[in-house]
Formats: sequence, structure tokens, C-alpha cells
Amino acid sequence: MSQIQEFEKVLSSSDTSVAAFDEHGKSFVKRAQHFLHSTPAAVPLIVLVLSIIIFGIAIGGRFFSSYTLTLILQQIAIVGILGAAQTLVILTAGIDLSIGVIMVISAVIMGNCAITYGMPTILAVIVGLAAGGACGLLNGLLVAYMKLPPFIVTLGTWNIVMATNFIYSANETIRDADVDAQAPLLHLFAMSFRVGSAVLTAGVIATVVLVGVLWYVLNHTAWGRHVYAVGDDQEAAKLSGIQTKKVLITVYALAGLIAAFAAWVSIGRNGSISPSAAVTDYNLQAITATVIGGISLFGGRGSILGTLFGAMIVGVVSMGLNMLGADPQWKVLLTGVLIIGAVAVDQWIRKVSA
Amino acid sequence: MDQKGFGIIMTQEPILTARGLTKRYGRVTALDNADFDLYPGEILAVIGDNGAGKSSLIKAISGAAVPDEGEIRLEGKPVAFKSPMEAREAGIETVYQNLALSPALSIADNMFLGREIRKPGPLGSWLRMLDRPAMEKRARDKLTELGLMTIQNISQAVETLSGGQRQGVAVARAAAFGSKVVIMDEPTAALGVKESRRVLELILDVKKRGLPIVLISHNMPHVFEVADRIHIHRLGRRLCVVDPKQISMSDAVALMTGAKKPPEDALAA
Repeated sequence: MSQIQEFEKVLSSSDTSVAAFDEHGKSFVKRAQHFLHSTPAAVPLIVLVLSIIIFGIAIGGRFFSSYTLTLILQQIAIVGILGAAQTLVILTAGIDLSIGVIMVISAVIMGNCAITYGMPTILAVIVGLAAGGACGLLNGLLVAYMKLPPFIVTLGTWNIVMATNFIYSANETIRDADVDAQAPLLHLFAMSFRVGSAVLTAGVIATVVLVGVLWYVLNHTAWGRHVYAVGDDQEAAKLSGIQTKKVLITVYALAGLIAAFAAWVSIGRNGSISPSAAVTDYNLQAITATVIGGISLFGGRGSILGTLFGAMIVGVVSMGLNMLGADPQWKVLLTGVLIIGAVAVDQWIRKVSA
Repeated sequence: MDQKGFGIIMTQEPILTARGLTKRYGRVTALDNADFDLYPGEILAVIGDNGAGKSSLIKAISGAAVPDEGEIRLEGKPVAFKSPMEAREAGIETVYQNLALSPALSIADNMFLGREIRKPGPLGSWLRMLDRPAMEKRARDKLTELGLMTIQNISQAVETLSGGQRQGVAVARAAAFGSKVVIMDEPTAALGVKESRRVLELILDVKKRGLPIVLISHNMPHVFEVADRIHIHRLGRRLCVVDPKQISMSDAVALMTGAKKPPEDALAA
């Protein structure tokens, strides 16, 4: 090989065992840390199972009924879909404060197009999806080209979209009965199937399918790997030849599109279409599900399956406390504890080293 | 090859040349009419004091920055890279000082970042599914070829590797895809004695494969050990090109810092 330099001659006699790992010597905690590092959805899954068990013991068989468990799924469907959108953005080390209101304005546009303007319902849905996608695209362009911090961009668009929503709709609710009569397709996701006492709605199935598809895209396509790479280290991703701007724009646009899809599902769940839903904190709920699901706010880490588990954890906790007849503030308190716990676990897992 | 004293006259055609490169950042002129020549199969070291414009020169060649003026030719044909991607497509691979790896992704994913292999058939064209087995096999082959298979698990995250192993992955990536030129920016800067030795051996391995290498380094012993020619950069331009066998390290440092003027015949190299 190369000419060895004088001071390096001693290397041949040096200890060569530095890189050896002593697997058996590793403490259980270290091995657990490694396992959690390579399987980011494990923590929320464990917490989910634990919370189901705890509430099951506290409440008894009533809680374990398939009716209760599927009811929880129905309640978290919308937050789950919005959480999936939020996950994409947070994986790029960004945040999207606007997806909640994008959902509401998309629902209003779908309703207005179908009922007020009398468009064919399918066209109304497409217009609504396009509007959501366009809002997301605007976020993406501002983040990628203007290089503004995502927090600021989406704080701005959050307000802009919310105001537009109220101005455009004049805060008029479209009634459930009108939707049913003129555009039943908008209620598509309210369709439910009974399997014994379990009730599954199309919305629940759509949520699970959407998360499954996104899981595939994030883990088994080049674009998905690029999303992680951009969130991990944007500069490195760029030098590796990834078109980081394109990745960012598509991520925000897709988040907007998914939020508009959540709008369609929410019309099914709520029945009516109300612009004043914009004041509900869907957005923070989605961020909460994402964070409890183990998606790192610093980007590049976490599994989208975790987000679904995170949403379910919140659903189980609120249903469980409800059934126990606890003050609803306990749910808020427990959510806060879960958020801080999740981020602390994330920091600990990040410290993993070879 | 005809060599005399300081200046070196090569008889072959250079594979990569740059003429009159100029790059200004605001009122700072980072590159001032700089020239550059790389010949086939050689290791060309680029040395220069901090702020001499080495990085700007490398950025211009690797597509990370677009020069304001000047011309770059690859195998005689003029090229104008607007991004590192375009330079890579032309066959110029760069190992950046910060390695440009994504810590959370696996070794195989990192090696193929930006040029992933997709599965054949509808799985690849419709579902855009990555061909992980193929990517992992090629990554493993390349690492084995370069004697880097102390890494047990090709799907382990890069952040679980040591500094030397990471450097190895970055070099293997460049060697696997670089078809014409490999540029290495300070490959031994962050490494220990032993790891530096491995990387120097890697560099010579890559050279043996016939790939010319541009090596940017502050480490004079390393430069003198592996380089065939040394390009000394000073005040935004090429000061001279010297032969490491004909010059001492202290002379090289003296030229680099301006303590010594290069002899007339070296200027034209």
C-alpha cells in the first residue's frame, strides 16, 4: 500500500480491537435504545397498548367492546389524516400551522360548489382538493424559494386562509339535510359497515389506507427517502444531488391536498359544513398526534405509523377518561404530559451511538 | 512525462481544464482569473492558505457554484455546471468535507441518494418502488472492493458509524459513481491517525482504478505522500504547479504563503 510515514510505523503493533462490539456486555437499556432507534414507531405502539390495558382494567369489559374501540377510531379519523399531512412537513424539519384551516376552507369550497353553485358533486370535490393543494403549494413556494421559516410562512397563511374562509363563506353553515339532498357524495365517508358490534366508517378505512400508502411512499420510493434526507440535513441533501426545493414544494403541496381530503372526510363525520369550524384547534391536535407518535420536530426521524398510533393514544385517553366520568381537563393535562414525555424520549433515542 | 525542476510539462491531454475562472462574492474576489489542469490517472493536490480560493475553485469545478467568468472543459468539451447534479451526471464526483451524508438513512440509501435504483417492471415504473436488494448488493460490493466491509450491516444508519467509516462510505459512493473525476475536500481533516491511513490507502485504491483525483488538503505529509503533482493556489489564482518529489514541504508552504516566489519556469505549467 502507500508509503507509511515515520510516525505511523508504530501503528502495526497497535491494538486492533478498537472496533469490536461486545453485544453481550451491552446493558438492557442500551439495547432498548438501539431497538427504539431503528424502530421509531415502537414507542407510541407500546404506549398505545399500555393505555388500552390500563383503561381496560380501570373500566372493565365495557371498554374492550369492539363498539367502543371502533368508536375511538371514528373519532380520530380526521386528526389522523391531518396528522399524516403534518408528519410529511415535520419530517422535513418544518411545521405547518395552516393545515387545519386549509381543511375547513376546502370543505366550505366543496359545499358551496356542490350546493350553492350546483356543480356536479365530483367536480366540487375536485375543486376543493385543488384549492387545498394550491394553499399548500403557496406554503411550499414561500418556504423553498423565499427561504422563510416554515413557522412564519404557515402562521401567515393560517391567518390569511382563516380570514378568507370567513369572508368568502359569510360564515354561513350548509345544513346536513341540504348536503344529503343535493350532494350525497360529500357524505361518502360517513358510510358505515357493521361487523358484529364493531362499526367501521369509510372515513376510518380511508385514514388507515392513507397512512399505509404514505408509509410505503416514505420508505420505499426515492421521493420518500429524499423527504427524510432533506429533514435530516438539507445542505448535505443538496450536495448529494437532491433537488431540495422540489422536495419541499411537493411536501407542502401534498400536505395541503391531504388536508383537503380530510375536509371531505370531515363533511361525512360532521354532516353539515360550518366555516366556524376554523376556530377549532384541529391543527394543534394534528401536531400533538405527530409528536406523541414519535416524529422528531427536528426533522428526518420517525415513522408515519407512529402518527396514527399517536392519534389513537389521544383517542383512547379521551374516551377512557370520558367513560370514567373524569373532568375533561384531565384529558388536556394528560395530553400535555404525553407530549413532553414523547419529546424527551425522542431526545434520548437521538443520543444513540455506535 | 517530461519533468524538469519546478514546472511540470505533461505530454498527455488534460481530462479537466479550467481557464480564467473568476468568481466574486459582493466585493470579495474569491477566484481571480484562475487556471486548473487535471491529467488522466493522476492525483493532483490543491493546496493554499485559508482564503486563497481553494474552495471556490473546487465549487466551480464540482458544480456547487457557478463562476462569473471563465471556461471549464471536460475531455476537451466545454461544460457549464449549474448544480452538483449536473457535474455528477458528467462523471465528476465530489466527497465534501462535511461528507454530504444523511445520518438517519442507511448506508445503502446514502450511497444511492439522488440516483436510486427502481425495481424493474410495473413495481418500479408505476409504484416507483426502490430496488433495495439491488442497491444493497451494489453498495456492499463497492465497500468490499475498497476493503471497507468491517461494516456488518449495510442497512444500518450512517449515524451509528465511526468518523472513518463514514468517510469510507462517502469515498465509496464517489468511487462507485465517478466515471471521470473524483474530487476530495479535506478527506483526512477530521480523522485519527489510523483512520487517515485507511483513507489515504482508499485514495490510492481509487487512483489504481484509473480515476484521476483532485485532493484538497491542509495536511502536508498526506499531500506529499499521495500526490503526483501539487497545484499551489494563492490570492484567488494558480500560483504554480510543483512536483512533490522535487520540492520540500517547507518550500511548498513558503510558496503557498507568499514567503517565496516561484521560479519563472513553474508559472507556465
